[in-house]
Amino acid sequence: MITLHHYLLISAALFSFGILGVLTRKNAVNVLMGIELILNAANINLVAFSRYSSSGFDGQIFATFVIAVAASEVAVALAIVVTMYRLLKTVNLDQADSLKR
Amino acid sequence: MHVSDIIFVIVGFVTVGSAAVVVLSRSLIYSAFALLFTFFGVAIIYVFLGADFLAAAQVLIYVGGILVLLLFGVMLTHRLYNLNLRTETFQIIPGILISFAVFVSLSLVATHTQWHRVPEKPLMPTTDTIGTLFMTEYLLPFEIASILLLTALIGAAMLVRRRTDV
Repeated sequence: MITLHHYLLISAALFSFGILGVLTRKNAVNVLMGIELILNAANINLVAFSRYSSSGFDGQIFATFVIAVAASEVAVALAIVVTMYRLLKTVNLDQADSLKR
Repeated sequence: MHVSDIIFVIVGFVTVGSAAVVVLSRSLIYSAFALLFTFFGVAIIYVFLGADFLAAAQVLIYVGGILVLLLFGVMLTHRLYNLNLRTETFQIIPGILISFAVFVSLSLVATHTQWHRVPEKPLMPTTDTIGTLFMTEYLLPFEIASILLLTALIGAAMLVRRRTDV
């Protein structure tokens, strides 16, 4: 029998893997993938609580907005990554350590 | 033990395993394709939760938009003469400790809290209700989200334009 706990455990695992990706990866696109994992984990939490509580469709509407915000955030973040590659010729976050070129 | 429970366990393992590959893989392309499996797994979890509109939106936007954008980012930002695409990790032991601590605390809270029990609602199509809610009760966030998307598009296009004066 699948209860709320299983969805929360899956979301916790995705969230911790996303945090691991953000903390340990050096490539900027890899860090973006970790951020997407974190957002998906939060979305699973929202939709699971929307189903297993009496608040109607609030969780699913919120999750739709999270998806929209994540899409715009990825667009802007990739624009920043491409600009960083143009300026520094690398996307290694270790080498982006000064504000002035 | 229904068949749907077995399928849910398989989907859960595939999703979390793909997330592990995304974060721990040596190659950037492997991470991107494992992210594809993670997004599909999350969409199947939405179907299990009765959120059919959200599952379709997840596949459309995440797989069809965000993943393609990430692959563009991967392909545009590597050196053409070095097709290795190997990525290194940085201080992986403290990272593993922190993420494991976060996972343990989150799962302890999730399993030990007495969540308010509600009788399970029957699964029904949600697109109609969500559409009506977007147009009546959540109209203001909807409009603000469209303005946000417009601003993000304009901002991203402005960031990467060819500057002829630099």
